[in-house]
Amino acid sequence: MTTRIDQRFADLKKEGRAALVTFVTAGDPDYATSLEIIKGLPMAGADIIEFGMPFTDPMADGPAIQEAGLRALHAGQTLIKTLDLVRDFRKSDDRTPVVLMGYYNPIYIHGVERFLKDAKAAGVDGLIIVDLPPEEDEELCLPAIKAGLNFIRLATPTTDDKRAPTVLRNTSGFVYYVSVLGITGTKAPDLKSVEQNVTRLKGHTKLPIAVGFGVKTAEQARSIAKSADGVVVGSALVNAVKTSLKAGKATPETAKAVHRLVSEIAQGVRS
Amino acid sequence: MNQIAPNSYRTGPDEKGLFGIYGGRFVAETLMPLILDLQKAYDEAKADPTFQAELDGFLEHYVGRPSPLYFAERLTEHLGGAKIYFKREDLNHTGAHKINNVMGQILLARRMGKTRIIAETGAGQHGVATATACARFGLKCIVYMGEVDIERQKPNVFRMKLLGAEVVPALSGSRTLKDALNEALRDWVANVEDTFYCIGTVAGPHPYPEMVRDFQCIIGNETKKQMHRHEGRLPDSLIAAIGGGSNAMGLFHPFLDDPSVEIYGVEAAGSGVDTGKHAASITGGRPGVLHGNRTYILMDDDGQITEAHSISAGLDYPGIGPEHAWLNDTKRVSYVSATDKEALEAFQLCCQLEGIIPALEPSHALAHAMKLAPTKPKDHLMVICMSGRGDKDIFTVADHLGVKL
Ligand SMILES: Cc1ncc(COP(=O)(O)O)c(C=O)c1O
Repeated sequence: MTTRIDQRFADLKKEGRAALVTFVTAGDPDYATSLEIIKGLPMAGADIIEFGMPFTDPMADGPAIQEAGLRALHAGQTLIKTLDLVRDFRKSDDRTPVVLMGYYNPIYIHGVERFLKDAKAAGVDGLIIVDLPPEEDEELCLPAIKAGLNFIRLATPTTDDKRAPTVLRNTSGFVYYVSVLGITGTKAPDLKSVEQNVTRLKGHTKLPIAVGFGVKTAEQARSIAKSADGVVVGSALVNAVKTSLKAGKATPETAKAVHRLVSEIAQGVRS
Repeated sequence: MNQIAPNSYRTGPDEKGLFGIYGGRFVAETLMPLILDLQKAYDEAKADPTFQAELDGFLEHYVGRPSPLYFAERLTEHLGGAKIYFKREDLNHTGAHKINNVMGQILLARRMGKTRIIAETGAGQHGVATATACARFGLKCIVYMGEVDIERQKPNVFRMKLLGAEVVPALSGSRTLKDALNEALRDWVANVEDTFYCIGTVAGPHPYPEMVRDFQCIIGNETKKQMHRHEGRLPDSLIAAIGGGSNAMGLFHPFLDDPSVEIYGVEAAGSGVDTGKHAASITGGRPGVLHGNRTYILMDDDGQITEAHSISAGLDYPGIGPEHAWLNDTKRVSYVSATDKEALEAFQLCCQLEGIIPALEPSHALAHAMKLAPTKPKDHLMVICMSGRGDKDIFTVADHLGVKL
């Protein structure tokens, strides 16, 4: 079975360039602005949309994404509304892959089977669940694959050659290589070590490899795009949302600021 | 959650770290290899008699074990029922049971060659214990503590600093224990090479719930022997307060397969479990996944974690160790609760009748004993875990009694 994610990477391979994967938090700073943001992402140059599901206790995220999650929750965002956003997005875009990224508890409480059915129906293509390592595959990974969703795993600098096969075993869609030891949005990736690790991981899998955590500039994106199949930008976009706000509320600038930054980084990926 | 009573309540967890459906290893991939390493190192240490001998030596000469099992004669008379004993963990070096676990983990960290220790703390007792052991062994120590807790547990913050630890305020979320845990996990992800995460309770990803339990079981093992010496038999009931549940598990576990022993875990009911302002995860929460394990957690219908409320910083946590969750479902242990007000009353009664200033945490256990003891006959032997002393809490108590210090 080919998903939108598989299709997109196959198309880009023909074009001979890497994918730009953009992360924003669903419902940040509010539902309507969040929809405006994701609707404009493909035009701005995003190839895949990663949509963060807000959670009160995001243990792998730095301050930028923590705050974005809290902004969204304060504005009333829920898991159900995140699926609504995807459904609304799909009304005008049936091709751009959407990956939900977040933590397990809200899904567990929604009910795994119900969540997979609802997510699939809303037009979600894949899941990245930070706190579900391969040791917990029976919880969500295997049911998700059965439901026709990609389950995208994080590989990290601690994923050595011994561990890699375990991590990659039930991964599909693409592999997300976490370029730094640490939480999102804090350290800058060491480009040399990223290249080495991407090459190393390619020895273990045929899946495309996207690299993220700490990518902020077009220059970094350009350099990572040389060895990786995709570049993920997150905290930088979330920060663009934050700086556009007035008294915590969206302004006419909010969506534009995100789209402008995405265009800029897209140039890096495409050059 | 219909489960058949098992042959033994003491065999868990299984190889996946599960107690029934609870526990597990719900962590980011970056941490997974570290947790597997830790498990291997712990299994090896457990099987190594020199490790146990070294730990026993420190527990005796540094911590001051065994701690007494003390007959609380005037409280017993006052309540007019069960014969009440206190297991005096408050007399340990650093003033609480937390040091039992810390000595074990720090010796393990040394065995593993780790040089930087991180910990989370609520009341500050685990932080102080960790800072103490790190000073003793010359290890770098960083303690994460919620900003709210830093304010209400000032004496312990200063103690940690005196002991050479760096205290880092957790500024996110509710700025209490759960947020300190988040920050510690974030630190660990960023410092995997040299850092050992010393968790302060029977929670977190496998193997922590098992390992911390094992290190705390000395409480129950000693109690069993001491009660035999005092009374020639098993106690009839055990009562302990529950934050994450480590002092309770330490007392309970050695008695789980003695069916005649009634066991009560006391959660913090804050302003009352029906007010929404409480920390009673079993009474007022439901099974979910947080901080590396599945257990009972306080949350809303969207699965967002809600803030816990308790006068006691050490109980102010929206979860509970996974083994407790399982002991609840199998009905081996009864989980009850006590409010802030009840704990404050018990605190004062204990000061006045026994000349012991208890910490606010075990004051919750005392509060339940005040309800239960009068309903029991005079030959009913009741053990309360006096998990810590109350010096750290005098400011909070003065505040609630309207006294200016
Ligand atoms: C004296 C004392 N008792 C109890 C607790 C609660 O922790 P646990 O439930 O892990 O014993 C604490 C935690 O800070 C404490 O300081």
